[in-house]
Amino acid sequence: MKNLIVSPSPHIHGPKSTRSLMTDVIIALAPAMLVSVWYFGVSAITLLVTGVVSCVAVEYLIQRFLMKKEPSVKDCSAIVTGILLALNMPPAAPWWLVVIGSVVAIGIAKMTFGGIGQNLFNPALVGRVFLLVSFPVLMTNYAQVDPLFPGAFSGHAVDAVSGATPLAIVKEGLGKGMTLSQIFAENDFSSAQMFFVRIGGSAGEVSAIALLIGFAYLLVRKVIKPHIPLAIFATVFVFSGILWLADPERYADPLFNLLTGGILLGAIFMATDYVTSPMSTKGMVIYGIGIGMLTILIRDFGSYPEGVSFAILIMNAVVPLLNMYCKPKRFGKEVKNG
Amino acid sequence: MMSKTFPMGGVHPDDSKISANAAIEDFPLPAVAYVSMSQHLGAPAEPVVEAGQEVKAGQLIGKPSGFISAPVHSPYSGVVKNVDYVADLSGNKAKTVVIEVSGDQWDDGIDRSGEIKRDIVLSGPEIIAKIAEKGIVGLGGATFPTSVKLSVPKGKKAEYLIVNGAECEPFITSDYRQMIEQPEQLLIGTRIMMKALSLDRAYIGIEENKPEAIEKLRGYSKEYGDIEIVKLRKKYPQGGEKQLIKAVTGRNVPSMGLPIDVGAVVQNVSTAIAVYNAVQHNMPLVEKVVTVTGNCLPVQKNFRVRLGVKLSELIGHAGGVPEDCVKIISGGPMMGKAVYNIDAPVVKGTSSLLFLTRKETARRPESNCIRCASCVSACPMGLEPYLLGKLARLSKMEELEKNRVYDCIECGCCSYTCPAGIPLLDNIRLAKASVLKIMRSRPKK
Repeated sequence: MKNLIVSPSPHIHGPKSTRSLMTDVIIALAPAMLVSVWYFGVSAITLLVTGVVSCVAVEYLIQRFLMKKEPSVKDCSAIVTGILLALNMPPAAPWWLVVIGSVVAIGIAKMTFGGIGQNLFNPALVGRVFLLVSFPVLMTNYAQVDPLFPGAFSGHAVDAVSGATPLAIVKEGLGKGMTLSQIFAENDFSSAQMFFVRIGGSAGEVSAIALLIGFAYLLVRKVIKPHIPLAIFATVFVFSGILWLADPERYADPLFNLLTGGILLGAIFMATDYVTSPMSTKGMVIYGIGIGMLTILIRDFGSYPEGVSFAILIMNAVVPLLNMYCKPKRFGKEVKNG
Repeated sequence: MMSKTFPMGGVHPDDSKISANAAIEDFPLPAVAYVSMSQHLGAPAEPVVEAGQEVKAGQLIGKPSGFISAPVHSPYSGVVKNVDYVADLSGNKAKTVVIEVSGDQWDDGIDRSGEIKRDIVLSGPEIIAKIAEKGIVGLGGATFPTSVKLSVPKGKKAEYLIVNGAECEPFITSDYRQMIEQPEQLLIGTRIMMKALSLDRAYIGIEENKPEAIEKLRGYSKEYGDIEIVKLRKKYPQGGEKQLIKAVTGRNVPSMGLPIDVGAVVQNVSTAIAVYNAVQHNMPLVEKVVTVTGNCLPVQKNFRVRLGVKLSELIGHAGGVPEDCVKIISGGPMMGKAVYNIDAPVVKGTSSLLFLTRKETARRPESNCIRCASCVSACPMGLEPYLLGKLARLSKMEELEKNRVYDCIECGCCSYTCPAGIPLLDNIRLAKASVLKIMRSRPKK
């Protein structure tokens, strides 16, 4: 008689694995990566390759030699961190900056907490914010870089991908005492243009439509729930709308706010990071509202022109609390003790 | 019309109903049969026969020994060889009447004609007494004595009778075959239970992946207009008692409560047919439709098997254990039990023998929880399996109770869906048992 396996139910397993989920995120990031390569050419390729290679390498080396356990890089999570870090860099950033960012992201934000699933803060964002405060000049240097096919399309869109981010321009203008209508008159910030091609910004923010395609893919594949991104969008729209209505010369309109400063990249790909976002839908909505509010507060009242990264990191810290107090709706009434 | 379903959680495993087209075949009588006295939930039956005694098919051989208990009848005519302790499929020994089978002589008064009897002569209390006397138990798997379930406790009122034909477990087709082969017996059985509960309506819930069964039963709507066929969404665990009640009535069975707390009584379709046979034909529960299936088997079968046949004989009829099969399951792949002892006999709760290959059933290597909340989304009870699993590993009993571990129905959705391959239910199940023990040990207020 052959030996049979005896173990408790369930006896079958669903198709999802950590690796398959991470692969789906990478696929969802593909449109944004392609667009950034299209507009930023070799610079974008360098950033992406450096980001992925260094994140994977740092994770592998730490697990292999410091933690002395089987490296889990096959789960592809380090690749996602690498891509996100690269997409959060200004296109003109030097490659070694990404390497430093990767060491901080994986080495400090992820592995010191025990690796995947254990970290409190989003690794890619910790990496980015570390670079932002340590190398402020390099991290806000939005100098023009060559697109993939320079000169092939001499249209306005490709040439215009340069210069400071719209939010930085606005902040600077306001600082000089200009009104928004004066600033907008000097710069072309049409929504349509921002929707398809951004006018300067991080490698991954360049096209809203590419990010939204990725969002749709994640939703269709049921990799993420829509609650967090939608809560962020709605909050940013409503909160910035109120401020705009109060003083349109001081505060930018809601659509401008939604389409600039990495709201889309942050809301779709960073705030939805499994490890650092809440477990229940109620918690997700509160978390999303918090990120939206903090972003606008930082933008309009803080000293940084952009606030998504900080907003997400601050809300990351609140997640354990949200998990403790926002329980899913239970089935049936609670039992009376006794 | 839209399919009904339960509001939270659930998973969608491939339904794999590969044995759906295999008509029910009578399984040949064995030479020796092992009729267990522990085929139901509750106290085991007490044997009333001795070694050497001749028995007829349908004769009482074990009498119930408590309020929650059920009698056992001989499925064969023959001679009692002895009363012994025989291991069940998990290897636990139970008192068993071993019968040397000589034939198929039935006890007097049992109607084996197979003719459909539509008139229900017995009164409500007589029906319940008959069901108790004939050893009918819940055949959906729990084997709870049916007569007890039909006896509504004082202060409670039955408003809904729901007959469970969801069969949401992948692979199993025994209920499906009975629904399409014995539709009228099922409907009459349902009416008998309606009478016992003094109800004038009943519902039969069937998952939408069984359109033939839905159509067939709806074809009787003229004669049985008081029985509504409810189409249910294909989603596991649609056939879970609380989930089914929610889908059909919109009511939530309270935590630690029973269906009757919201006025519902749920019975399985094969139980309804057994009730029909008992009340209309005086037939005790001595046989069971068992699906023998698996992607690695050359043939797929639905057998009508007498109780006491060794599982190994069923396996032999399916061509033996296939080379690539590593696990045999009694029941479905989500909640069934892995067979430890293939010489265990078929009992009232046996509904299927499923053969799985290593590829189908291999457990994933466990990795870190990535806090994806898949388990939270999958839990049909609105629990947080990731948290319960973690608390269970730390034995935090108070926290486990606070987070309602006792609500877990052990459906396995969390373990099924976990991308990190964490055996959540293994841990939760152990913790649930400990917490329930603690809760029951407290003095009642």
